[in-house]
Amino acid sequence: MDAISPVATLDDVAVVYGRQDALSGVTVAFGAGAVGLLGPNGAGKSTMIKALLGFVTPTRGRMTVLGHDVALQQRRIRAHVGYMPECDAHIPGLNAVSFVAYCGELSGLPRPDAMQRAHEVLFYVGLGEARYRNVETYSTGMKQRIKLAQALVHDPDLILLDEPTNGMDPKGRDEMLALIRDLAVNKGVSVLVSSHLLPDIEFTCNRVIVMDRGRVVADSLINSLKESPGQLFELRIKAPAGRDAFVATLNAAGFECHSTDDDVMRVFVPGSSGPRELFALAAAHQIQVRHLRPSVSTLEDAFARAVGVE
Amino acid sequence: MPIHDQGYRRYRGTRVPSGRAWWVIARAGVGTMLRRRAFVALLALAWLPFVVRAVQIYAATTLPQASFLAPDANLFRDFLEQQGAFLFFVTVYAGSGLIANDRRTNALQIYLSKPMTRLEYVVGKCAVLASLLLFVTWVPAFMLLLVQIAFSGSLIFLRDNLFLFPAITLFSWLQAVTVTLMMLALSSLSKSSRFVGILYAVLMFFSRALGGIVYAVTRDRRLSWISVPADLSRIGDAIFGLPSRGEASIAVALIAIGVLAVGSVYVLQRRVRGVEVVV
Repeated sequence: MDAISPVATLDDVAVVYGRQDALSGVTVAFGAGAVGLLGPNGAGKSTMIKALLGFVTPTRGRMTVLGHDVALQQRRIRAHVGYMPECDAHIPGLNAVSFVAYCGELSGLPRPDAMQRAHEVLFYVGLGEARYRNVETYSTGMKQRIKLAQALVHDPDLILLDEPTNGMDPKGRDEMLALIRDLAVNKGVSVLVSSHLLPDIEFTCNRVIVMDRGRVVADSLINSLKESPGQLFELRIKAPAGRDAFVATLNAAGFECHSTDDDVMRVFVPGSSGPRELFALAAAHQIQVRHLRPSVSTLEDAFARAVGVE
Repeated sequence: MPIHDQGYRRYRGTRVPSGRAWWVIARAGVGTMLRRRAFVALLALAWLPFVVRAVQIYAATTLPQASFLAPDANLFRDFLEQQGAFLFFVTVYAGSGLIANDRRTNALQIYLSKPMTRLEYVVGKCAVLASLLLFVTWVPAFMLLLVQIAFSGSLIFLRDNLFLFPAITLFSWLQAVTVTLMMLALSSLSKSSRFVGILYAVLMFFSRALGGIVYAVTRDRRLSWISVPADLSRIGDAIFGLPSRGEASIAVALIAIGVLAVGSVYVLQRRVRGVEVVV
């Protein structure tokens, strides 16, 4: 596989759980580097990762990972992919170094190499001093780290991380994100990070795929996504008839509006329209504008625009 | 400055060809069991009947007064029948948590994200339990045969009972495979190894009790196929060429065990998955 080939592709993939569409005709390609998979709970992020691993079988569509067909070459794919599941997962009765070495052996590493890699990887993820402790005695943060270690022990070309910072304290979370970034930037490992935490994706990834209700609603470089044509304003108003009516008016006028705090709205004015139109609308509806200032578009704004939340 | 950089490095070594994950699982599983003192004690206890039988063979071959203890084919069949109790305890101790514990800790997602198939996972787990069961049935029975040859100093007994080694092997393996598949299927149904152990015990005793009740009511032993231990016992008698004890026919016993094995494989095929979808 050459450097510009996508590491994973989905072509019109649909996954159904009972009567529930988990993925609906998803077509997307993940390039090398760090890619974020962003979306609210139930958007289909974890399902997409499980489909790429072959855990769930799509009702239609075709997927490839590292150039191999997921339907036909799962074993070959898994030899070069690491997976960090969302839930707490470990093999019972083993200490950390035995667990990670065991995972290395299962992935095809000779026994001595698996043990050596286990020590190295455990130091890398920050569990070097605790590597002889039984995994079942680990804290939540340590369990997240060991899940990353078992995903890395066989030196994969691609790692799939499902909510990697779940349950971690702020310091542990920062360290986990730094590890993920280091893997993608310095170690040449492609990373697909699934998260509903926007700052995690913004820190670790340069590209984001936004999902909602089983569909891809945005797919772009993070910087491009934030630089949509138009202007963003922070707006605070006094509305005798209530804010909701004015929000509806703004939306009807083609502005995108969502709240950040109790009394502050972020209004995206598309195209070349400026604040003048905002003032005009406010005046027409007898709304007092108490505060208006230009703002910088964040990933949160781009996410809100993509999934259409207020 | 560190004398050795312990950061992440790309792996440049060789990789073992795929298809051997089952062996890694089997080796690790047996190793884990053998590190438990209580289990090693159970294994040692399971070899006591072997010691008793070996003494019997020694006495019969060296002391003329004890010639009435001379071994025959029945001795090996009886020995395997006696080992049934240890077979039960080893199955419960070593088998109940094999998949249940993996389900409890979500380890199936870890296993099945590695380059291995579900079949390899199941074969690996089967190998753990089956090898331990064979260690308390096939291995001591085979050793008894060797002991007989060693103490008698001739191959006459073996020549006169050529069917013994294949019979011991066939029956021991049939027992081990049947019990292993049944226990693994039960283990895949729950996240609690204790519950699985109790369920297995209930099924074994219940099927035997039900067979007894049916006989008491109908006075007909043809329905004894309901009891799994009775089916195995019937097949064992047939393999060793012993007369039927008036129980179900060998064909019915074979069908019952076959259905049990196929059912167990079906359950395993349904339950051993990377994700559990509840709709």
